[in-house]
Amino acid sequence: MKYLKQFCIIISISFTGEVLNKLIPLPIPASIYGIIILFTLLCTKVLKVSDVKEVSKFLIEVMPIMFVPPAVGLLKSWGIIQNNLWQYAVVTVVSTVVVMIISGLITQAFIRISKKERKK
Amino acid sequence: MELFQNSVFFGIFLSFLAYGIGLLFKKKLKLALFNPILIAVVIIILILVSLNIDYDTYQNGASFISCMITPSTVCLAVPLYEKLDILKKNYKALIVGISSGVLTSLLNILLFAFIFSFDHATYATFLPKSITTAIGMGVSEELGGYVAVTASVIIITGIIGNMLAEVICRVFKITEPVAKGVAIGTSSHAMGTAKAMEIGEIEGAVSSLSLVLAGVITVAGASVFANFW
Repeated sequence: MKYLKQFCIIISISFTGEVLNKLIPLPIPASIYGIIILFTLLCTKVLKVSDVKEVSKFLIEVMPIMFVPPAVGLLKSWGIIQNNLWQYAVVTVVSTVVVMIISGLITQAFIRISKKERKK
Repeated sequence: MELFQNSVFFGIFLSFLAYGIGLLFKKKLKLALFNPILIAVVIIILILVSLNIDYDTYQNGASFISCMITPSTVCLAVPLYEKLDILKKNYKALIVGISSGVLTSLLNILLFAFIFSFDHATYATFLPKSITTAIGMGVSEELGGYVAVTASVIIITGIIGNMLAEVICRVFKITEPVAKGVAIGTSSHAMGTAKAMEIGEIEGAVSSLSLVLAGVITVAGASVFANFW
């Protein structure tokens, strides 16, 4: 029963997110509405972490494999990508790496500065 | 291959098998290049192409796996809530870090549009590349990009993020868990976040927040940047 109930809660929130996505004319997907809903329900104590704990832990753990099928979908748009392959590859790889480095370093610098200030 | 045509479990089985092989590779060869998702994709594509199996035959079953992406993303709210005190304590750093990441991404694409003299449609295709697929495709469509290419680019971005997160954090001495989370979630959305969850709880929670905020900020930012090229 426990797992059934937890799964039920998560699926209902996902469904609500999907409905919001259809009703609200913004490019915000169901998953983002869903995170916000579940987060709000937890913050307002409507739900306890224990109400979704095990199933959410499981789903997060197996999440990487869920990205395999959409990634295989690359096969379909290969025709368009093929013509500009190296350009597209350079843009994608370089910008991903640069964003990771810059956002990480800026956040870290900010944290360290505020830690120092707190010590003073 | 007609044998597999109506099988639901073929696509699911193939995905699990390929991912399992990917995990084995990763265990034996501790190199970032041997990323389980990447290996699984390569194996599946090779099998589909060499046995001449239709892509739809595979997706017929595999879509049952990928349809769980939304509920799993929703679950990211749990670590987010459990690490709320850390998020509160670092809220300034988080906002500055995530916004700077989004700005870097947009500026980077603008720079590449200039270097490679992209047309507007290609530029719009790449603008939302670092954010989660569902938002990114919406933005791309709105700005007149090639939606299918955006989807592919976003997925490749995710694989790269998932693959290189640990190496980059090590090389560039990004050691604060909060900073790691921002770096991963802002640059490579949910696929990176899956890796952040493996690295640690704080990293995972921060990465979840970053993927949400980066997605929303990019919706606004990309529509402004669309006017620049």
